[in-house]
Amino acid sequence: MNTNGSIYRRRQIRSIGALTLATLATAVGLFLLVWILGSTFINGLAAISPRLFTQMTPPPGSDGGLLNAFFGSFLMVMLATVIGTPIGIAAGTFLAEYNRNGKLSAVIRFVNDILLSAPSIIIGLFVYELVVRQTGHFSGYAGGIALSFILLPVVVRTTDEMLRLVPDVMREAALSLGIPRWKMITDVLYKAARAGILTGVLLAIARISGETAPLLFTALNNQYWSADLSQPMANVPVVIFQYAMSPYDQWHTLAWAGAFIMTFFILLLSVVSRLVLNKRKSF
Amino acid sequence: MRGETQTTAERTNCAAESASAGKLALDNVNFYYGDTQALKDVSLVFPEREVSALIGPSGCGKSTLLRILNKIYAIYPHQRATGAVLLDGQNILADNYPTNALRARVGMVFQKPVPFPMSIYENVAYGVRHHEKLRKSEMDARVEEALIQSALWDEVKDKLSSSGLSLSGGQQQRLCIARAVALRPEVLLLDEPTSALDPISTAKIEELISQIKTKFTIVIVTHNMQQASRISDNTAFMYLGQLIEYDKTATMFQNPTQKQTEDYITGRYG
Amino acid sequence: MSERLSDASVAGGTVTLPPGRAYGALGDRLFHAVVLGCALLVLVILLAAALSMLWGGWDAFSTFGLGFLYGTEWNPVTRQFAALVPIYGTLVTSAIAMIIGVPISLGIAIFVTEIAPRWLRGPISGAIELLAGIPSIIYGMWGLFTFVPFMSDHVQPWLIDNLGPLPIIGILFDGVPLGIGMLTAGIILAIMVIPFISSVMRDVFLVVEPSLKESAYALGSTKWEVIRDIVLPQTRTAVVGGIFLGLGRALGETMAVTFVLGNAQNISASLMAPGNSIAAAIANEFTEADSQIYLSSLIALGFVLFVVTFIVLALAKLMLLRMARQRGE
Repeated sequence: MNTNGSIYRRRQIRSIGALTLATLATAVGLFLLVWILGSTFINGLAAISPRLFTQMTPPPGSDGGLLNAFFGSFLMVMLATVIGTPIGIAAGTFLAEYNRNGKLSAVIRFVNDILLSAPSIIIGLFVYELVVRQTGHFSGYAGGIALSFILLPVVVRTTDEMLRLVPDVMREAALSLGIPRWKMITDVLYKAARAGILTGVLLAIARISGETAPLLFTALNNQYWSADLSQPMANVPVVIFQYAMSPYDQWHTLAWAGAFIMTFFILLLSVVSRLVLNKRKSF
Repeated sequence: MRGETQTTAERTNCAAESASAGKLALDNVNFYYGDTQALKDVSLVFPEREVSALIGPSGCGKSTLLRILNKIYAIYPHQRATGAVLLDGQNILADNYPTNALRARVGMVFQKPVPFPMSIYENVAYGVRHHEKLRKSEMDARVEEALIQSALWDEVKDKLSSSGLSLSGGQQQRLCIARAVALRPEVLLLDEPTSALDPISTAKIEELISQIKTKFTIVIVTHNMQQASRISDNTAFMYLGQLIEYDKTATMFQNPTQKQTEDYITGRYG
Repeated sequence: MSERLSDASVAGGTVTLPPGRAYGALGDRLFHAVVLGCALLVLVILLAAALSMLWGGWDAFSTFGLGFLYGTEWNPVTRQFAALVPIYGTLVTSAIAMIIGVPISLGIAIFVTEIAPRWLRGPISGAIELLAGIPSIIYGMWGLFTFVPFMSDHVQPWLIDNLGPLPIIGILFDGVPLGIGMLTAGIILAIMVIPFISSVMRDVFLVVEPSLKESAYALGSTKWEVIRDIVLPQTRTAVVGGIFLGLGRALGETMAVTFVLGNAQNISASLMAPGNSIAAAIANEFTEADSQIYLSSLIALGFVLFVVTFIVLALAKLMLLRMARQRGE
């Protein structure tokens, strides 16, 4: 019995050891989260000033703001959302309602998931060839289109999954009233899956708001105020990139300010979208 | 008569002997889920403005039969029906019979209460809006009429704009009934409408069925024999996809002609 | 009494239907066509992306041939380009990211599913997922301004002094504590992929049959033994799938790495040394490419990255699908 006791104790110690390591790993993960967010918060807060929202991006060595960058990002994100959301919802509808267990859907879902995780710089190169090369110059349109290709797979997947959650009885109940199928989908199913689809769109917006690589050679950047989407357009991520890599302190400060505001906005959007989902679990 | 083999036609002892006298008639209907046959040579007639119940153990095909009557099975590619189903003498299974028109005449209520994610008013008005162009006052009247028929009006008349999902289970099911009757169908199909509800809601719905049967031909599937005996005028007993016996309810429960029927009714098997 | 639709004559062909249903069938056909078209667009996008990069990189591929993949000369002046330096850097930084990231992800997944009390699961999972929501450029900024000084002041000197003199692995830790370099980039990549890998692991751990674990406990197994002998073998395919998913992300990550990798033109054995990755090279040099062959070489690099990540992500997906099928989904 004694030998069994000591073997058991050894196994116990091993177990405790392993579990302690797991706890340590989690502590490390949380510590890193706090470090990164804290760093962004502290450096960013120090750089916040009203100038950010009233002045344009400055030349090297001077102070300024980020107004044109905020506006440009806003325009391109909106463009991407307007292009990508309807197409994404339509594609997701096909997957869930017209070919749910079919081979074509399996292939499309597979490809969609790969696009979802694909490096965003690849999308940038693709849109460079597709739009910038064809039109001859960088533009806000190219940037918006690049972002829409990143938003699209998220919306497709969310729509597909949320529609599949709606019970079949709801479909049959609508069809039993003599409603044609397309109307059943748009009137009843979209309403039923509304909260989930909206959450997906919001999360996709949060994601594309922070994307830099696809904009590097599509929208490029613009020092000045511009509302012209057919020309290079200022945007927050590329500004942060340029300013952070530069040797100028004032640019570094602005980069932190931009980083802080961008992170804050994205995290806020993520939290809000989860609340939307939890509040309206309606069907 | 017991134990003798009978043809299906002989087994259907019901008030209307010929197809033309009934509202809805099945003539040699077979049904397949893929390669599996679920209904075999079913023929019967549902008389107009009467309640006919379909009873039988699980898997006997009663729900399958019901779902042929408004062709809701047709949305699933591997399900098919052969034979004829005559609504006022016309075969609804024919390819050229418009399905959406059929479903405006034959309404359905499902086992699970499933209100649409809309207001109570919109739930009831939804189907009507699609089929008819009504002014607001006409629509208001139609919604009220439907909610009165489904015994829900008094409980919701002050909150028509609140969500259909805010109602209790029994109320939701009555809302679904209102939604179906708002179209003023001729036939109402009820697929175990009370099996998911508590006894009080069940009683309310059984009562409203007795009241509205003067307006509609009702076919109800139920696994609750007592319910069938309470509210139906005719009862069909099915077993393993075949129609075993079909008769006036009183006769069926007191004096069944088939041994299988008697065994089921007396509870020898469930 | 009101009008009934049965009043419309059905027999004999035309039915006078109220306008609402006249285009029921047409509406259905149109809708079907639209949704099908949009769904096919997904396939078209992938195909078009691949083809466009192949097209753009064609000049480089046809000029340099297969040597593009294993040559080390990247010279914009002489217009000689070969991809080994960025490919090497991509592989090394991703490998470091996996070596560091996978154990930590596993630890987090185990903690969340087996150690933490139920009420703590949500908050901790949520916190780790926040890491996934932080844009990669923030990782780059933090990396450059906060982490690099930390590395150069504390970590790298320690590594160089203590591990540098060791035989064999010592060459990995040779050099000057610059702060930037492949190790730093690898560590930051690890932090970035941890939330992805650990959330896949966590999801799979949570659906292991409780009765399986309970029978093991009933036989006297310790918690770790249940994890090691029951949970992990059961979820093996998905765990590997999750790891591949993380790898796919690490390979293609741009902004976090661009800030801290150093944009070197040489391969160096030491992890302390600066390097280059495919994504970083493209990001750093694209707008400065002054010749067609330069541009084409960068796009060719992109194509290489695309092919590699596609394969890795496809494998990941296949493994996760197989796990889902096993569970009967």
